[in-house]
Amino acid sequence: MNILLREKDIPNIHEYDVYAKNGGFAGYKKALGMKPADVINTVKASGLRGRGGAGFSAGMKWSFIPQTEPVKYVAVNADESEPGTFKDRQIMENNPYQLIEGALICAYAIQAKAVYIYLRGEFWDLGAELDKCIEKAYQEGWLGKNIHKTGWDCDMYTHLGAGAYICGEESALLNSLEGKLGQPRVRPPFPAQKGGGLYGEPTVVNNVETLASVPFILDKGPEEYLKIGTKDSPGTKIFCLCGNIEKPGNYELPLGTTFRELIFDHGGGIPNGKKIKAILPSGASGPIVPATDAVLDTPLTYEDMGKIGTVLGSASIIILDESVDIVWAASKMTKFFHHESCGKCTPCREGTYWLDRVIDRLMAGKGQPNDVDLINNIAKNMVGVTLCALGDFAANPILSTIKHFPEEFKAYAQAQAGIEEKKTASPAARTAKGNEPGTPQGRAGRHSPATSTPAGD
Amino acid sequence: MTLQQKYTERIEKALAKYPDKRSAVMPVLHIAQEEYGWVSPEAIIEVAEICDMDPTQVKSIAGFYTMYSKHPKGKYWLQVCTDLPCALRGADQFYQELLDYLGVEDHGTTTDGLFTAEHVMCLAACDKAPMLQCNFHYQESLNMEKMKSLIEEWRAEAQKK
Ligand SMILES: Cc1cc2nc3c(=O)[nH]c(=O)nc-3n(C[C@H](O)[C@H](O)[C@H](O)COP(=O)(O)O)c2cc1C
Ligand code: SF4
Ligand code: FES
Repeated sequence: MNILLREKDIPNIHEYDVYAKNGGFAGYKKALGMKPADVINTVKASGLRGRGGAGFSAGMKWSFIPQTEPVKYVAVNADESEPGTFKDRQIMENNPYQLIEGALICAYAIQAKAVYIYLRGEFWDLGAELDKCIEKAYQEGWLGKNIHKTGWDCDMYTHLGAGAYICGEESALLNSLEGKLGQPRVRPPFPAQKGGGLYGEPTVVNNVETLASVPFILDKGPEEYLKIGTKDSPGTKIFCLCGNIEKPGNYELPLGTTFRELIFDHGGGIPNGKKIKAILPSGASGPIVPATDAVLDTPLTYEDMGKIGTVLGSASIIILDESVDIVWAASKMTKFFHHESCGKCTPCREGTYWLDRVIDRLMAGKGQPNDVDLINNIAKNMVGVTLCALGDFAANPILSTIKHFPEEFKAYAQAQAGIEEKKTASPAARTAKGNEPGTPQGRAGRHSPATSTPAGD
Repeated sequence: MTLQQKYTERIEKALAKYPDKRSAVMPVLHIAQEEYGWVSPEAIIEVAEICDMDPTQVKSIAGFYTMYSKHPKGKYWLQVCTDLPCALRGADQFYQELLDYLGVEDHGTTTDGLFTAEHVMCLAACDKAPMLQCNFHYQESLNMEKMKSLIEEWRAEAQKK
């Protein structure tokens, strides 16, 4: 069932006329005939949860905007930088008007003055295409002054980032839009509150997929949306499937589909006759889970992922087959977070630096006997003490891989204990992948040099 | 010619998007990089003037983001994703072969000044690995054979100009 990836059923839906002919802008038109508060209630009733990661109720978020404030904004989060995520790009490339329509419904519901679509900088060509679609929407009277004689004015703009994962974090995104360093803000005030949003004005920040789900809800009614998915996770979700999988790609399926159905029925299973070993359900930022039968039979919902010790996040599902060296995978993820830490708070800045260094030396066969405990401790000290969730995200790949695959870490630690001849049988030698070439460089001007030295280095 | 003179219309359009000039610093930096191939100290001063900012502020913004190059690059800036999902599909090996083919190290530029190769983090194309961006345009589902013919195409294109 495709509510979002409608190009699979309707060719050329990226063209305005095709979109309009196939029910496009019907939801928005309906909304424009309603009181803004009723639009919010409709979205609330649908149970739609944010698709950017946290799964917070979209309607609830909109209802936090104080209507007494004269200036309000919508910021569309199209930063899409989580490793393994490539769904928002597909929505915007193939069904751009649906995002525009959804963002406009949100804008009307909170009576926003303008909508900013924050695209990661690498979506350069996509930004140019979106600009054309926005232009068309103005021409058709969906944007601009006194829209459909409601007396409400609204503008829409794209904004290109320039390569920084942290700008997907909502308050960093707002700073970046304002021409400031893209670092998270101290909260409260939250974006929805006066003082916390864009230019200090109350702002709704929603993910692309969240907003693109809204036109259906307005057009068909929340009851129809509630018929899909589960009670606590209604609707469809795009699952980005990648890694060791036969048919990588985006699959839009009802929430509640199991891993097994997604991976084997839709994704074609694991290539080269290999067995599945582990799953990262939320890119690099959520905890890893070993692919046991119980895990494979778990429904993909916000509530069920918690039961198996992980999160649904943005549903960027990375599959690891039996040949993958888990320590190598943890190292890759750690390099990502080390590179992307914005450097504002110490536990994250220093923690990602030291995690990366210690894992590197562990993998290079130069570690100390207690290095596994050391990295576990560094990671533990990053949890819950940072300004934004990136600190927790960076600890997850370490804590969860050590928890589920301790023997793989131990194999490295033992290999270093001077048993040189055993090294050829170490996990590093078993995969052809080895370490990544070159030394990833921290962001120029972003990191201050590390100041502390954990024991053992 | 200054940026302001050469790109008057684009700069005006960027400034018109926001309630203050400072917010246009990112789009104007993108324009500067397009013009000069990198964000040079002179470019920083120009951008600062356009956005009504202090040059040191512009410099720190430019330093924060990886897409603004702080050094001159080859004419074709190849950014190969070697992040975990792509690496699971052979991206590390692909990148190494590309480096060998070009005869450069990671972050290196070919002696003719045409190609700079870098490995980068996820580019939202993990299902089409190995992949890269060349001057921020996607090239996906690559192998070395395809890569070699792309490189030849770019070489020929550069010669024409
Ligand atoms: C480090 C970090 C990176 C994030 N990156 C993204 C992103 O690329 N896209 C996104 O939609 N949300 C991202 N988020 C979540 C946003 O902060 C925010 O919760 C989301 O945009 C809200 O939209 P939603 O309610 O529609 O999900 C990120 C959060 C953190 C902490
Ligand atoms: S947790 Fe990391 S990314 Fe987030 S504000 Fe702190 S240093 Fe920056
Ligand atoms: S990991 Fe390479 S594009 Fe996502």
